[in-house]
Amino acid sequence: MTTPLTATRARQMRYYRLVTTILLALMTVLFVLTLSLGQSFTPPGDVIRVLLGEQVGGASFTVGQLRLPRAVFAVLAGLSFGLGGVAFQIMLRNPLASPDIIGISSGASAAAVFAIVVLSLKGPLVSLFAVIAGLAIALLVYALAFRKGAGRTRLILIGIGISAMLESTIAYILSQAPDWNLQEAQRWLTGSLNGAQLGQALPLLGALIVFGSLLLSRTRDLELLRLGDDAAAALGVQVGRTRLMVIIAAVGMIAIATASTGPIAFVAFLSGPIAARIVGPRGSLLIPAALLGATLVLVGDYAGQFLLPMRYPVGVVTGALGAPYLIYLIVRANRAGSGP
Amino acid sequence: MTAPDLHPPVRRSIAGRSNGLRSLWLAGLVALLAGLGALSVTTGSRDVAWADIVAALAGGRDTIGQAAVALRIPRTLLAMLAGSALGLAGAVMQGVTRNPLADPGILGVNTGASLAVAIGVAWFNIASADAYIWTAIAGAGLTAAFVYTIGSMGRGGATPLKLALAGVATSIAFSSLVTAVVLPRNDIAGGIRSWQMGGVGGATFERILPAMPFLAVGLAIGLLSARRLNSLALGDELAAGLGERVALARAVAALGAILLCGATTAVCGPIGFLGLVVPHLCRLLVGPDYRWLLPFSTLGGACLLLAADIAGRIVARPAELDVGIVTAFIGAPFFVWVVMQQRIREL
Repeated sequence: MTTPLTATRARQMRYYRLVTTILLALMTVLFVLTLSLGQSFTPPGDVIRVLLGEQVGGASFTVGQLRLPRAVFAVLAGLSFGLGGVAFQIMLRNPLASPDIIGISSGASAAAVFAIVVLSLKGPLVSLFAVIAGLAIALLVYALAFRKGAGRTRLILIGIGISAMLESTIAYILSQAPDWNLQEAQRWLTGSLNGAQLGQALPLLGALIVFGSLLLSRTRDLELLRLGDDAAAALGVQVGRTRLMVIIAAVGMIAIATASTGPIAFVAFLSGPIAARIVGPRGSLLIPAALLGATLVLVGDYAGQFLLPMRYPVGVVTGALGAPYLIYLIVRANRAGSGP
Repeated sequence: MTAPDLHPPVRRSIAGRSNGLRSLWLAGLVALLAGLGALSVTTGSRDVAWADIVAALAGGRDTIGQAAVALRIPRTLLAMLAGSALGLAGAVMQGVTRNPLADPGILGVNTGASLAVAIGVAWFNIASADAYIWTAIAGAGLTAAFVYTIGSMGRGGATPLKLALAGVATSIAFSSLVTAVVLPRNDIAGGIRSWQMGGVGGATFERILPAMPFLAVGLAIGLLSARRLNSLALGDELAAGLGERVALARAVAALGAILLCGATTAVCGPIGFLGLVVPHLCRLLVGPDYRWLLPFSTLGGACLLLAADIAGRIVARPAELDVGIVTAFIGAPFFVWVVMQQRIREL
């Protein structure tokens, strides 16, 4: 009796590994492609030589200075948004409970804007501000929602309310900024990779490694949380503690990414459901969702830069592309009666 | 805490209040509005001497002070009109959707109007005030229908959560689209950005006048739908049993709310949360009967928006806070409070 089950399990594992590998390959190919495509074409061979540190006439500047920082930021921010977003969705068992809808991204964004415009801070201090604010908002929403016992629905609604207030704050601070300019405003409202510099990628990478490994170490507990709080508790998961750790790790990751690229619209929200469509119940969604996040940002930024009649920041593209999918998700979830 | 259990008895005792007491409250609100109106004309980011205020009211425009006061008069009028429109629209929407969280901002109706106006300005070069208003109303109406359709699909109909999520999702998407439409047009970007903040500053009679017919029709439809909303509050089946044509009643009342939201948004830009806060506060005063709730929300909305505008002028002196920011800061905590009072069904 156990044999067919084990066989099924093995088949599922094979499928899961295959899908993850394909997603990783897809992301890598896109990464290299965005380095070689642009206003002018750079052969992939030259791209690789530049990446290895060789000086290549012409390509060193376009690839090394212009395209590489963008692509690196796209991958790091995309991984962070995808991983943090799906962690929230799994924890709250609702695809719509992603950080961009419940106010965490706008909290981090508001703090970053405040730090830059009002306090004239730069670099790591801005990230620190964003992380603290993102965590504060997350814990506030969490505390308000769970004050009277179970409140996942309430959490989403409270997050929506607080998010609206924060969006107003961002708009106001930006309108007061002395050198007010639309490009800069766009970054903090929808997210953009303009002005990415390789030197600033380190905090992003550090956060991804620290918080990402924290999240991945909780993979099993998160998977069990999908069954419901009571079932997870019966299976030995410390529900409260797991939730708190997931919140800290996911928020930390998303806030630091937001502090460097702005809240790239819908990436945190979209990656999880797409991963769920592909992977299904065969394995953890964390890694596939992270890879999909990076893929989305790479594609969105390329489309925004070169495929449209004028240059749009990546957040506008992902926002406009993500909207129909979001609405489809709501419609489908409503039809099935399974939520939201 | 036992707040949800305490709620019904409290509400019943208020609803049991006599009509005389309600009339007294109504008179109090009128007096409050008059007082706020006077305050709004006399205070602002510039201190003006009493003599100048009196002279300005008499038509004088000789000193800077008198000119400042003259600017405050249409502003005060617009704040009253917009506030009463949004307060009434919120109450009607809460009745139509039978949803305590219904608000033009939460449901994405304001963003829909914004997108329509942005598209109209960027692609069709609309410039006349009338065209603005028609475009905004069309955008508001389409968005409301869209959000309501999505939010009411599936089991349980339009639950607060489903409606709010559909509204927020639509808002995020439409904001991206507004950016996409506006970004290539540097010439109009600044104007649309500042309009999107939502405010009554810089109002002139010329800007208010074109919206008046729409507001008048909207107010009339809204205020006259009290009996229908009372039937709808009993639930669709009971309302139908009482001889109400449920779909028609919904559509008519919603049309009134959309006219009010669209016209207000066209003139002031999106002002959120007012439509949420005012009806809830008024319900605490007069109970759930829409025959009282609607006029109270109309007056209460005018009072609250005017108060928010005055506060915005005083708090950030010598600059001004746009009233849309002030209402967001009053409204969001209130929204959270409403959510916490509800025993929202877990799905």
